[in-house]
Amino acid sequence: MSRPPTVKPPRSEAGRRLNIGAVRSSFAPWNDPDATPLVRFEGVTKRFGDQTAVRDVSLDIYPGEFFALLGPSGCGKTTLMRMLAGFESLDAGRITLAGEDLAGAPPHRRPVNMMFQSYALFPHMTVEQNIAFGLKQDGMDRKAIDARVAEMLALVKLEAFARRKPDQLSGGQKQRVALARAVARKPTMLLLDEPLGALDKKLREETQFELMDLQVQLGMTFLIVTHDQEEAMVMADRIAVMREGEIVQIGRPEEVYESPANRYVAAFLGDVNLFETTVEAIAHPMAHLTATETDAGFYVLDDDCPAAGATVWLAVRPEKMRISLDPPSADVKNVLAGEIWDIGYTGDWTNYIVELPGGTLVRVARANDRRVVERPIDWDDKVWVSFDPDAGVVLTS
Amino acid sequence: MRRGPSWFNLVSLTVGFAFLYLPIVLLVAWSFNASRLVTVWGGFSTKWYVALLSDQQLLDAAWVTLRVGLLSATVATVLGTLAAIALARGGRFRGHTLFSGMIYAPLVMPEVIMGLALLLLFVALRFDRGFWTVTLAHTTLTLSYVAVVVHSRLITFDRALEEAAQDLGATPARAFMSVTLPNIFPAVLAGWMLAFTLSLDDLVIASFASGPGATTLPMRIYSQVRLGVTPEINAVCTILIAIVATGVIIWSLAMKWRSAGAARQALA
Amino acid sequence: MNRPRGRAALLPGLWLAIFFALPFLLVLRLSLSDTALAIPPYAPQIDWSQGLAGLKAFFAGLDLEKYRQLGEDRLYLDAYLSSLRFAAAGTGLALLVGYPMAYGMARCRPGLRSLLLMLVILPFWTSFLIRVYAWIGILKPQGLLNAFLGLLGLEPLTLLYTPTAVQIGLVYSYLPFMVLPLYAALERQDQTLLEAAADLGASPLKSFWQVTFPLSLPGVIAGCLLCFIPMVGEFVIPDLLGGPGSLMIGRSIWMEFFANRDWPFASAVAVVLLVTLIAPILLYQRQQAKALEAAT
Repeated sequence: MSRPPTVKPPRSEAGRRLNIGAVRSSFAPWNDPDATPLVRFEGVTKRFGDQTAVRDVSLDIYPGEFFALLGPSGCGKTTLMRMLAGFESLDAGRITLAGEDLAGAPPHRRPVNMMFQSYALFPHMTVEQNIAFGLKQDGMDRKAIDARVAEMLALVKLEAFARRKPDQLSGGQKQRVALARAVARKPTMLLLDEPLGALDKKLREETQFELMDLQVQLGMTFLIVTHDQEEAMVMADRIAVMREGEIVQIGRPEEVYESPANRYVAAFLGDVNLFETTVEAIAHPMAHLTATETDAGFYVLDDDCPAAGATVWLAVRPEKMRISLDPPSADVKNVLAGEIWDIGYTGDWTNYIVELPGGTLVRVARANDRRVVERPIDWDDKVWVSFDPDAGVVLTS
Repeated sequence: MRRGPSWFNLVSLTVGFAFLYLPIVLLVAWSFNASRLVTVWGGFSTKWYVALLSDQQLLDAAWVTLRVGLLSATVATVLGTLAAIALARGGRFRGHTLFSGMIYAPLVMPEVIMGLALLLLFVALRFDRGFWTVTLAHTTLTLSYVAVVVHSRLITFDRALEEAAQDLGATPARAFMSVTLPNIFPAVLAGWMLAFTLSLDDLVIASFASGPGATTLPMRIYSQVRLGVTPEINAVCTILIAIVATGVIIWSLAMKWRSAGAARQALA
Repeated sequence: MNRPRGRAALLPGLWLAIFFALPFLLVLRLSLSDTALAIPPYAPQIDWSQGLAGLKAFFAGLDLEKYRQLGEDRLYLDAYLSSLRFAAAGTGLALLVGYPMAYGMARCRPGLRSLLLMLVILPFWTSFLIRVYAWIGILKPQGLLNAFLGLLGLEPLTLLYTPTAVQIGLVYSYLPFMVLPLYAALERQDQTLLEAAADLGASPLKSFWQVTFPLSLPGVIAGCLLCFIPMVGEFVIPDLLGGPGSLMIGRSIWMEFFANRDWPFASAVAVVLLVTLIAPILLYQRQQAKALEAAT
């Protein structure tokens, strides 16, 4: 039973036209029809009792990719990864690795290695012995093992800790041992289950970049499971956003953020203002929408916009909105008048919650690019909120 | 901020522990008493211990008990550990409820009933009662205790460790031997010790399961005790208490030393 | 993937089926036989060569004679009732002594706590028989207790071979079984709960009854069952410390078996005892399963 891979048709056509996020565009095997995926999930389903943890998931991961499964806890992302590692059986569908069906292969015969969320370092073994464990299973000779272990220790900069036991290491050190142990066998693919979950914020940010460097250095394919959208966006080439066992959208970080497939994705990654609207008219390249609640009119690009009369949602990110005490000039298309309802100052950014006449709340984020402002915006101020036609995204679901 | 113990706590602890230990302390004291009377201190003496050495029946019984204990504890540890693995890792296999019921039931089963039941089995199977039947009976009794001790360790043992071993290329059996077993070993050893002491102590089941020629130490002590307090028995009891106490103290010191050693290395 | 682990159950399962489950069926079977047919050493008497007829004959041979005998004999009913009484009182007393101990232990600093814990466990490792035996020297007419009372100018007490001695022995022997689960329940308790209670205006005594005690109830139930169940079937304590007045059912089975040699009758007594204990045993197993779920 084979079916064609269901990689979503890239929304990046629109992305390119609008020049969305001009980073990392050279590596894109998923756009190359001749590229063969390393891992292919085909119609994979997993049930626990009467709960369906993973529902009919199809997904391709290409060699050299840094792929992220992103979603809230319980969305099935960990189950999907554990099925690839061989710790969960499939109820339907199949998983192939480099063209070979993995069905029936026990975990110890699969050429992938996993970095566990709890790190799962063997407490009775030293750092060295932990790293050597997988190599010993392969029947490597003593000398080769020693050389490989030394290489791995150097890679994660833990040479001085070789003889320590895991409980004598800090959280960050443990994380690096787990990483070294998992890559020591040169697996075809490394699976990372919430690899940074146990680290504090500062260390997490540093480690994100270390992991990216390491992936390039080793030329290995990484699959990471995370619930932290920032982590996924920073590190991954592509992200699959999951919800209740299904993949909602697959795309590059810029795509899923700037062109979310639906309201769920828009709201899960970052903040978003959603307006329920009706399509009034389409005059290419513009679409004219009216808000259901306030009758305010919006003019946005007509990409993926259905015909007049349809009900759609307009999604606008807070940082793509402008806020001012004076009305903007007449040529600005989308303008909303309102009153400041709340202000949240975070240092680099300030979040303004603006109440529109109908009672709708709109969130606007402004970078604090000046230390001193002549007349700061204050509570209860009358303000104007505006955004450009290309700032909004029309969503149909 | 834990408040310290109040006077009420101190009194209840003192009374409670005095109640627990006074009889044992007295027993030890009597064993060194030159007088046969429990109320008269006739001076320090080891003569009752010397007398033991010439009590051939008692020495024979001790030897039987030791052999039964070593053998039954070892078999029970193997079976009990297997049972614990099945309970902790087997998932809901067929017959799970019946199996866990059979594991837990011996823990609370009155010994008299268990002894009686085993005796009927041995008779039905036409086993000659003696050393082997006592060993079989003790294995059955103690394997449940081992299973419970090992099981409680296994459920707190991070399952991801076994998975990590398999992920790194170890077969399930190898993952168990090289990762799980070394980590649960203290519990397995504790299970063995518990099984051994239970076997050493047991009177009721041994009385049912044993036959002529295989009198265990508790059976011997029991037949003496029914005749009243004798200084020789005090001496035997003191020796048994000393063995057990030494074992437990060495054990807990070893555990403490291990954790202290780990802490020291972490600081270095 | 881990299904095959169920295979680990095979060997111990087989062992327990042969040496634990099967013997109970034999007890049940023997309790339904007549004395004459089953004088030791008896053998199971299904005549397989006759096929179904043999099986029929086997079942026809079973009767409730021994149970009828048991019901008619006032002595056994009394023994059952007094066993339950001894066990209930012993459990209550052990709770009364054990709770303050466990509570006090939980209030000590951690280093002292683990030492005290070891002291509670230590008697558990030493021979039951020996610990019961030690009380003979204390309780007997010319024993230590009476010598002590004599020093105080008090009348000597007759304790050994009385129900009081049995009661003391029961509490003494099973106290660790009570203290351990209680301590486990109390030690786990979050101390900030008491601070919260105090902060909300509860006096220490009120905090205890409204916060500490209700939260320790699982420990109380586990401790009580752990004491009550084996106490009911206790043999050594009534045999060594009790007199003719301290009837307990465990001892009756022993006597029936070793002295009267009436195996079917002893089996019937055992079956009735087991039936009596099924409810508390099931309760205990459910409690353990719940605790296990909470732990994982």
